[in-house]
Amino acid sequence: MSSRTLSLKLRIWRQDGPGQPGDFREYQLEAVSADLSLLEALDQLNERLIEAGERPVNFEHDCREGICGSCGFLVNGQAHGPRQATSVCQLYLRQFQSGATLTLEPWRASAFPPVQDLVVDRSALDRLIAAGGYCSVNTGQAVDGNAMLVGAEQARSAFDTATCIGCGACVASCRNASASLFVAAKLAHLGQLPQGQPERARRARALQQRMEEEGFGSCSSNLECEAVCPKQISADWISWMYREGRRTAG
Amino acid sequence: MSGCPDPRVPGGPLADRWRRHREAMPLISPQRKAQLRLLVVGTGLAGASAAATLAEQGYRVRVLCFHDSPRRAHSVAAQGGINAARPGAIDGDSVSRLFADTLRGGDFRAREAGCHRLAEISSGIIDQCVAQGVPFAREYGGTLATRSFGGTLVSRTFYARGQTGQQLLYGAYQALMRQVEAGRVELLSRRDVLEIITVDGVARGVVCRDLLSGALEVHTAQAVLLATGGYSNVYFLSTNALKSNASAIWRAHLQGALFANPCFTQIHPTCIPSGDAYQSKLTLMSESLRNDGRVWLPLRPGDDRDPARIPEQERDYFLERLYPSYGNMVPRDLASRRARELCEAGHGVGPGGRSVYLDLRDAIASAGRDVIEARYGNLLEMYERISGADPYTTPLRIYPAPHYTMGGLWVDYQLMSSIPGLFVLGEANFSEHGANRLGASALMQGLADGYFIAPLTVTAWLAGHGTPSVDEAHPACREALSRTAARIDALLQRPGPRPVDAFHRELGAVMIRHCGISRDAKGLRSGLGEVEQLEQRFLTEVRVPGHSEGPNPELEKALRLSDFFGLARLMLRDALVREESCGAHFREEHQTPEGEALRDDANFAHIAAWEHRPGAEPLRHAEPLAFTLLQPSTRNYR
Repeated sequence: MSSRTLSLKLRIWRQDGPGQPGDFREYQLEAVSADLSLLEALDQLNERLIEAGERPVNFEHDCREGICGSCGFLVNGQAHGPRQATSVCQLYLRQFQSGATLTLEPWRASAFPPVQDLVVDRSALDRLIAAGGYCSVNTGQAVDGNAMLVGAEQARSAFDTATCIGCGACVASCRNASASLFVAAKLAHLGQLPQGQPERARRARALQQRMEEEGFGSCSSNLECEAVCPKQISADWISWMYREGRRTAG
Repeated sequence: MSGCPDPRVPGGPLADRWRRHREAMPLISPQRKAQLRLLVVGTGLAGASAAATLAEQGYRVRVLCFHDSPRRAHSVAAQGGINAARPGAIDGDSVSRLFADTLRGGDFRAREAGCHRLAEISSGIIDQCVAQGVPFAREYGGTLATRSFGGTLVSRTFYARGQTGQQLLYGAYQALMRQVEAGRVELLSRRDVLEIITVDGVARGVVCRDLLSGALEVHTAQAVLLATGGYSNVYFLSTNALKSNASAIWRAHLQGALFANPCFTQIHPTCIPSGDAYQSKLTLMSESLRNDGRVWLPLRPGDDRDPARIPEQERDYFLERLYPSYGNMVPRDLASRRARELCEAGHGVGPGGRSVYLDLRDAIASAGRDVIEARYGNLLEMYERISGADPYTTPLRIYPAPHYTMGGLWVDYQLMSSIPGLFVLGEANFSEHGANRLGASALMQGLADGYFIAPLTVTAWLAGHGTPSVDEAHPACREALSRTAARIDALLQRPGPRPVDAFHRELGAVMIRHCGISRDAKGLRSGLGEVEQLEQRFLTEVRVPGHSEGPNPELEKALRLSDFFGLARLMLRDALVREESCGAHFREEHQTPEGEALRDDANFAHIAAWEHRPGAEPLRHAEPLAFTLLQPSTRNYR
């Protein structure tokens, strides 16, 4: 921790609600501690706005530990900001130079309708999981977990894809607003484990079909999704997903 | 017992109670289940697992979720692992040992029957989660891997790297979404439950606010399940997610549900310390780090040298020194207290001397950086992001922080509160953890409640009770709705200049000062006065901008904080009356010459269950605790 402070100009997208006009507004922060997170800087700005009788900036947040997936907006055009493998709640001001301008704007994708300011509706991702992103097992029917042996490497690889937090950065960064990385991660998580095998083909079909129905585009192959993913999920899994689709068709 | 309801704990030999009780429970036909509506509030481990399982059984389940998605519930942030006593463990572990560790860890302030049931169910939870595709860590041969955790001497904690809560939650969330797709669960997200509706003393519904439109809604059902998590955000800075609140359980308390052991808050020893005044939360570093990390402070007070330059003989590995048996793995309350005492004695490091070192140097030297990175990589990365320091080369700086609340709504053995038809699950209830939660037992309790207990006990209650249908036009619904609307209007009309967070920060400072790692009568009395004054100032000086229509996060905060004031007073009052030290509740007046907690089993071997009385002081009831298999003993981790 340091005692460094900095001044920042925040250029923030303000929009009262869906269908309403929006615009960028500028706010100046002076002598703000470099040890604060960007969201804490927004808290500070909001207290000032409230005291001045203005509507505070609405942004999603909750755990502020990079795990709940609530937060997320573009910082200078990059989902979750400039630091790799970092959700925006874990973006600290020490990352920036004093005097910098930060432009904050919401995810823009037709499958994510705007709510207010930096907040969008990402419930389409839940509907993707509902389409088949699970193992169909009822409570109380499970066999001994050791009855299915899973190699350490296999478990680790499944885990690596299971870490997706559903923040939507991959969608926001894709020029086609595709949810391919999100879907591929779920298919790969369950598809690499023995317990995911019985409905593997059905799952792959159902999720890809639902992705289209929800208005997500197809994969743009520009790998931006991988670049911005706070959990560093590899875009190779998208190729894996397509192979999975062919296997299913065959 | 003075007015405490019957906890309905079955009799007979302890090890057999749950099985016999379960087999004797009445059942309901599938046709009738399809006509019964249930409300589940909250979608963490307890809520999502209960909702999915009840829907599987055939009930019509409506789920209210505070977040935009059930997957964001705070269970997602649990790091270390989940305990289970598995058959065949070679280190001597067994159901009875897990039971004993849970009861002893809670300092004999939990019901033994509940603790035993939890230990019995634990193994089935792991199997259930594996079947759902939870990617637990595995040994190279393919079997489930385990590690050890604070307060135990066996290796019984199952884990998925440092993100066990996330993976278990996703398992339950996926099971829930499967039922949503099947049409058996109606999921209503972005709903804040602000009132409980009771009809003739029975829970029949809730009032909630749609966080997008601002509309107040009434939802009715034959039974209501609250699984809304803990309340340590009363301290402002805690390890909880910022939106974790006490609103639903507090409003239930005001409606007549007893609130049990409110003062028992676990202070977690391994959190990243606070810094700037605008810091919004404290981040937990899983205590699994203490498996490999050694906790120390400089021997000389005020020694502010770079830790690398402090030679071995000038370091005090105080947990290893004081507790040679358990060393760095002592339970959370002991580790927290010892850290605070040494910091107050001037040995602390970092800003204001409010941190201790957690040093991975020796583990990296013996096991190699790769091994340590594989074990804790994501935690250490998180630490680096927040603190700006490299934990692989410099010891982590940690300090205790409010974490898990063992108190909550009183429930009987069936998980039903003192309001018939109102069930409370997971951290929102008070059960099983006693005065101090054993590490890796929160996930176990949430899932035991949701997957394996509530689905049976809710059914048993519904089978034995009439189920009159209540609709929105019922006077009780209309009255609850207008009460909620009046509360919101009153908050929006406050004329003051100050934002809600400013008051919340002040409340947190009062609570941490007087009802934190340690407490005394003088401080607690002073705290009661300070909270009352602060609430008065809040009512006249707060500014809640905007309207009741549309999104209004400041209104959400104001409603949350107005409930925290009442809860804070109850916590202080409970801590004041409990004239003993036990678990996380350390009263300065009651300690041994060695500075350890001094329990008073003659007078306080009970659960304190508080009754709200409008316009009068709350009334404290006591549910006595009886122990048959394991007699209360002094906790000794030395």
